Amino acid sequence: MATEAEPRTGPAGRAAIAQRHLRLDRWWLAPAATVVGLLAFVVYATWRAFANADYYAAPYVSPFYSPCLAESCADMRDGPNWPLFGDWWGLSPALIFLALPLGFRLTCYYYRKAYYRSFWASPPACAVAEPHKAYSGETRFPLILNNSHRYFFYAAAVVALILTYDTVLTFRDSDYAWGHMGLGTLLFTVNIALVWAYTLSCHSCRHIMGGKLKSFSKHPIRYRAWTLVSRLNGHHMGLAWASLASLALSDLYVYLLATDAFTDPRLF
Amino acid sequence: MTDTSTSYDAHLRVWRGDAGSGGLEDFTVQVNEGEVILDVIHRLQATEAPDLAVRWNCKAGKCGSCGAEIDGRPRLMCMTRMSLFAQDATITITPLRTFPVVRDLVTDVGFNYTKAREIPAFVPPEGVAPGEYRMRQEDVERSQEFRKCIECFLCQDVCHVVRDHEENKQAFAGPRFLMRMAELDMHPLDDAEAQGLDRRRAVTEDHGLGYCNITKCCTEVCPESIKITDNALIPMKERAADRSYDPLVWLGNKIRRRRE
Amino acid sequence: MSTVERQSWDVVVVGAGGAGLRAAIEARERGLRTAVVCKSLFGKAHTVMAEGGIAAAMGNVNAGDGWQVHFRDTLRGGKFLNHPRMAELHAREAPDRVWELETWGALFDRTKDGRISQRNFGGHEYPRLAHVGDRTGLELIRTLQQRVVALQQEDFKESGDHEARLKVFQECTVTRVLKEDAADQGSRVAGVFCYERESGRFFAIDAPSVVLATGGIGKSFKVTSNSWEYTGDGHALALLAGAPLVNMEFVQFHPTGMVWPPSVKGILVTESVRGDGGVLRNSEGRRFMFDYIPEVFREQYAKDEAEADRWYTDPDNNRRPPELLPRDEVARAINAEVKAGRGSPHGGVFLDVSTRLPAAEIERRLPSMHHQFKQLADVDITKEPMEVGPTCHYVMGGVDVDPDTAAATGVPGLFAAGEVAGGMHGSNRLGGNSLSDLLVFGRRAGLHAAELAAALTAGERPQADEAQLAAAEAEAVRPFAPPVDEGADAAPENPYAIHQELQQAMNDLVGIIRRESEMTEALTRLAALRRRAERAAVEGHRQYNPGWHLALDLRNMLLVSECVARAARERTESRGGHTRDDHPGMDRAWRRVNLLCRLDDSQGADGGAVRLERRDLPAIRPDLLDLFDDDELAKYLTEEEVKDR
Repeated sequence: MATEAEPRTGPAGRAAIAQRHLRLDRWWLAPAATVVGLLAFVVYATWRAFANADYYAAPYVSPFYSPCLAESCADMRDGPNWPLFGDWWGLSPALIFLALPLGFRLTCYYYRKAYYRSFWASPPACAVAEPHKAYSGETRFPLILNNSHRYFFYAAAVVALILTYDTVLTFRDSDYAWGHMGLGTLLFTVNIALVWAYTLSCHSCRHIMGGKLKSFSKHPIRYRAWTLVSRLNGHHMGLAWASLASLALSDLYVYLLATDAFTDPRLF
Repeated sequence: MTDTSTSYDAHLRVWRGDAGSGGLEDFTVQVNEGEVILDVIHRLQATEAPDLAVRWNCKAGKCGSCGAEIDGRPRLMCMTRMSLFAQDATITITPLRTFPVVRDLVTDVGFNYTKAREIPAFVPPEGVAPGEYRMRQEDVERSQEFRKCIECFLCQDVCHVVRDHEENKQAFAGPRFLMRMAELDMHPLDDAEAQGLDRRRAVTEDHGLGYCNITKCCTEVCPESIKITDNALIPMKERAADRSYDPLVWLGNKIRRRRE
Repeated sequence: MSTVERQSWDVVVVGAGGAGLRAAIEARERGLRTAVVCKSLFGKAHTVMAEGGIAAAMGNVNAGDGWQVHFRDTLRGGKFLNHPRMAELHAREAPDRVWELETWGALFDRTKDGRISQRNFGGHEYPRLAHVGDRTGLELIRTLQQRVVALQQEDFKESGDHEARLKVFQECTVTRVLKEDAADQGSRVAGVFCYERESGRFFAIDAPSVVLATGGIGKSFKVTSNSWEYTGDGHALALLAGAPLVNMEFVQFHPTGMVWPPSVKGILVTESVRGDGGVLRNSEGRRFMFDYIPEVFREQYAKDEAEADRWYTDPDNNRRPPELLPRDEVARAINAEVKAGRGSPHGGVFLDVSTRLPAAEIERRLPSMHHQFKQLADVDITKEPMEVGPTCHYVMGGVDVDPDTAAATGVPGLFAAGEVAGGMHGSNRLGGNSLSDLLVFGRRAGLHAAELAAALTAGERPQADEAQLAAAEAEAVRPFAPPVDEGADAAPENPYAIHQELQQAMNDLVGIIRRESEMTEALTRLAALRRRAERAAVEGHRQYNPGWHLALDLRNMLLVSECVARAARERTESRGGHTRDDHPGMDRAWRRVNLLCRLDDSQGADGGAVRLERRDLPAIRPDLLDLFDDDELAKYLTEEEVKDR
């Protein structure tokens, strides 16, 4: 296949129009905002994931560090630390498990659109020419790996279960007595709701629930599940951003508590 | 309310020319209340430019003939109201960029007809007589959405896979025809498999689904508001993943086939 | 000597709408090499604009339905002027034609038990219209288009050439039907002469069978729901080839077209709005249709709003609302309300579905109406009423054909199907009967065209002489150098201006309500316009030149318009799509009279190009007459006919 880019003016008998695009609106705004939003998260998350500190403030554990699978993990009573990795792991324990939710989001159909458009400029916006000479899409390594989204979905569901467990643990006070709530509990509850909504609204989930079927009427329960997931799926982009923000906020909240910058207001 | 004194003169820049050469030409045309771009183009034809080539037909957004790019965005001229634009704005109208130009705003959309021929047709179920077809509404609804397509080819025009890379036209069917594959694969009575035709495999191997990077411009420009990406292309990617990229499903199929 | 390229096919179909494609599919399935010539791109034909559905008595929703009931409704709708054999074939065969579409991949809306759902429509006694939301025509065209492609794929497998046995010449226009002997009106058809829009190149197709499936004539009227293609090409081609047209005085004005904004005036608002519960009100908020139920329909329609509203849920014990009267009745009623000063602000009446159905239901059942009003008029039909008024929609008249074979009268090898054929719908077509007409008679035309061609050996095929091609070419290029004769009014004419004047004249003088003096005036104007059209001049070259295309279409529009005006002036009664202010009643004596329109070069006193003939409509078979009550028959048939029973 040819890899040479065609000249912009009139390739293959096309109308000779010199401009890369003729759009007058601020088409660059959306990709620019995406770059800013994603970069901010990446910078923050990298700092926090490598910090290996201030991720636990009873009863809250940062979602970045859950589950915590190394011996070096902070002690969290009943918390999600299972030292499967033993004591040889010297790096931040966040790095062990974070790859899964990261992979889920990297292969997510919405995030793919977002980074293809904003980071790759492929295309930067509709009807705005992309700067690349050749394009093979997701037909080759590495982007063909994006087809593994469904496995990351299964993994993300496991992570979401663990985060749900963490959220249940937040209904304790700092002395581990049950039946209490703090501002953090609210925050964690909102977070886990968004994480579940985002995870379940995923296109792979929609496919697994019922999208793969040829006939819905023969599988009424899966059809209902598919209908529900489809409805959520319509908000996939919004949920992707909201859950990303709530994850970062939950972590920041724990950080502020752990560094004593703030004390958790107790509701009861 | 029937005030016609709301007429004004609009400034238009219309691409004129053919495959050899061409460029934007300036016009000033009268515009009346409620008019769309196509009305104004027709007024140009009836007055200043009688040989201005434009393809149109129903003028009601139903046939999909009058696609063009207005201020750089693919649209149907008959459904783009002049009230979208400021009265003192200059509106640029160019032919669809992805296809060879015939003349002025008319392009040769033959690419699409070639691709249509490459999609294997509906395979009627064997042993079911005409009149005996039974399908539930919920079973036909997915494919019905795709059959709303009026074949205006705006999605084919805007898709960067072919718009920016002429060389991909060979391998890539484009959103409209990938959607056609989805329509057939989701048709409750399509019996392709009985004929040894695996649409889920073919969509990647023969029609270039892998080129799609789901950047959703097809959905953005669709005048019928069909959710091409979410409802057709991504489900097809998932169905293709079942076939080509899922070792568990692959293994399961292998075992099941052996049992049968 | 002409240098026009010639190619040879077995069957040529002119037009790629529902009838044309169905004919082509049939001819190709019979093994004949079939060419389709169409003015637009493949799949863009006017059929896509049909919204409501395909009428076919499948009885999926109400098992009481059957072809006899459909036949009876069709005759009532056409005020007994329908060709009874055509109406019978149509009613009998429509279900098979719909089911066949499913085997080609069509996806109709479904009933609860998984069959094809059917909806109510004006003039149909039972829910009868197979539909897909309000885009049934699109489904029909796409299905036929995909069937054509499927056949081409078969041919490709066999021969390596998709177009070996079925080829679509898209964006090509036929300007002449070629004859074996141009001077003899009754000689055999030999092919067609065409130009290609893209290049302006001329070419001829030699073929012993030509099927006309070109649709209607609406572009001769100012307010119309028809697209630019509807310039009466097939009607004019048939006339010029020596075949007569029938029933041309009957033009259907659809009661509900958009009236505002001006640029979309005439665009169709589907009858399904009323079928699904929409009601018509005047500016005083009155459901005025109850005031306009004519005597002949009194038995079948609700007497008050309460009964009408009950009918939607209990159709067996209540009569249908008068909003669902045949289209001619509703159009006249709206016209009368507006004239009486009870119209809406933009000169229509209100069609309201917003207070009748929940918003979600409206969006599901009428998605394209919702979209159309939102986009073009800033009206949300789930919240407010639409403003609607009559718009020129359909011509009942057309090429006079044999009911069984769709062969045009008097010209061997010429066939016509769909809107371009006349007789089937009588004086007024019921909604939904057009799509079924396309399929039933499209198939028949294709079948018999194929049989005619197959019966001829190569040596027996008619051949047009080169002189005909040269004449056709000279006629087609004339607008680039129109004849200059000395005189005051000899200046070149702008085809756009002539077209506008024609539309205005037809709209004002031969429109929904007609008067003898106005039609005489129309004929005078048409004759003058025809002389001017001969001097229509265009700039530029032949490559995709819309001005040139229009200049060529003018000949057709003017011929057909004259037929309409002449026949309408002749018929001194009101019936169906023909309403005379000066003869307001229906006259039983006219019931059996068909007016035929023929080309006439002798130039009559008023400079006309066509002349009229009267012919008796065939009698209705006794077994079909038995489907009606004597009382009802007495309203339509002449006394002798009733006596003869």
